Amino acid sequence: MKRYSVFAIAREALNFHQGWERAWKSPAPKASYDAIIVGAGGHGLATAHYLGKNHGIRNVAIIEKGWLGGGNTGRNTTIIRSNYLQDSSAAIYEKARSLYETLSQDLNYNVMFSPRGVMMLAQTHHEVRGYLRTAHANSLQGVQTEFISPQRVKELCPIMNIDGPRYPVLGALWQPRGGTGRHDAVAWGYARACSDMGMDIIQQCEVTGVRSENGKVTGVETTKGFIGTKKLGIVVAGHSGQVADMAGFRLPVESMALQALVSEPIKPCMDVVVMANTVHGYMSQSDKGEMVIGGGTDGFNNYTQRGSFQHVEETLRALIETFPMLSRLKMLRQWGGIVDMTGDRSPIISKTPLGNCFINCGWGTGGFKAIPGSGWAMADLMAKGEPGPLAAEFDMWRFREGRFIDESVAAGVAH
Amino acid sequence: MLILECPYCGVKAEETELSPGGEAHLKRFGPGSSDADFEAYMFARKNPKGVHFERWRHAYGCGKWFLAARCTATLEVFGTYPAQTSEPPAEIIANIMAKRPAWKGFK
Repeated sequence: MKRYSVFAIAREALNFHQGWERAWKSPAPKASYDAIIVGAGGHGLATAHYLGKNHGIRNVAIIEKGWLGGGNTGRNTTIIRSNYLQDSSAAIYEKARSLYETLSQDLNYNVMFSPRGVMMLAQTHHEVRGYLRTAHANSLQGVQTEFISPQRVKELCPIMNIDGPRYPVLGALWQPRGGTGRHDAVAWGYARACSDMGMDIIQQCEVTGVRSENGKVTGVETTKGFIGTKKLGIVVAGHSGQVADMAGFRLPVESMALQALVSEPIKPCMDVVVMANTVHGYMSQSDKGEMVIGGGTDGFNNYTQRGSFQHVEETLRALIETFPMLSRLKMLRQWGGIVDMTGDRSPIISKTPLGNCFINCGWGTGGFKAIPGSGWAMADLMAKGEPGPLAAEFDMWRFREGRFIDESVAAGVAH
Repeated sequence: MLILECPYCGVKAEETELSPGGEAHLKRFGPGSSDADFEAYMFARKNPKGVHFERWRHAYGCGKWFLAARCTATLEVFGTYPAQTSEPPAEIIANIMAKRPAWKGFK
């Protein structure tokens, strides 16, 4: 792999930019691998990357039904934060956030991590109490957050109306080191690094069955034939239930559509990320100038990657009191992704009832921010066969035993 | 936008009138049941990509709960029926079989 650098740009400029090589190879699948990851989204590619980098397992294939990064990795609102209430959540999200800080250098690929700060507005007294508690929890967990006054909110984000009649801003939980990243670049950067380590990224290859012997996985049936493997990692987000069904177990997961939208591009007006959980909306401004807006999930099971129009309307209606300028903006594009929601709104990184088969799913509405940490923890689990400290609490049997990591109560809706 | 006909009041209600209530026909397990059964009742869902039976409430209409058969891959609605039943009625099953011959059936 040729390294990307300012010298490379100069060298290629002299050559009329004809010498750039493909960022990753597209090989035909081999007969068998040491490990197969199903799903070449951010989480799957990160898992493969850290399997190679941290554990030296490089005979790995990443199998993808569609194209690399074409699922939720390419469909989210790119927010990165780690201000969670529960210790185990804070640990894995903070690991991910800290890995994002140096990810561009690690991957030699600019993921455009922008630690512009994330604020979560408190618009009811209940939320004020909740976020004060989260701020205290975060200081014990080593996550840098603080509860700030409405005046400070207004200073950080002048376009906001803080004394609306219905949802006045009473303060905010502020994480200055949170921010946004370039979602596609995260997938592309990991893919390039994986390919460079000799891993095979096999796109347009759908898994149609999981083969096992004596309770242990032996390989996967795909549209490109059978591929053998010693270890299998299922990292397929919205379709986790489908692949788990092939492997013979059921998950506490439901798939729903989550929508996002962007406005027409406008001049820079907001250099922080704002989340308003009482009204179910969050917004940031992209580098292109579009206002990137997201809301809550549609409430019913759905695999269509499109949602209902009234949810888009609800999200905007909710944000307009706090951001009056939105009422004059044209919305440009809207899209949906299929998110896998668990009962406690926390992910599953776990061994499964099938031997040597591991699953990483249930990231629901908040997976992008966790990509590096999730890959790190999943790689640890796959390499050693037992979960490390980051993944230990996130096993799939916690639902049977009542050990919930209850972020559905702690984090409100958007998370 | 989803349009479901409320089997009680006969109104063809669009989604804004309705609230979704998740998978239908769950068998309830309570005190004295095994951990696995209780977990399955509380959390494990079929979550199919295809035919799905689910609960809806006509929240801004008659206020009653009813059940619907719907395809999660295409959003096609196969029919709605009252909630006072433990499995889908025969005409709903027949309707699904006509449109989805490969469907493996309820359960």
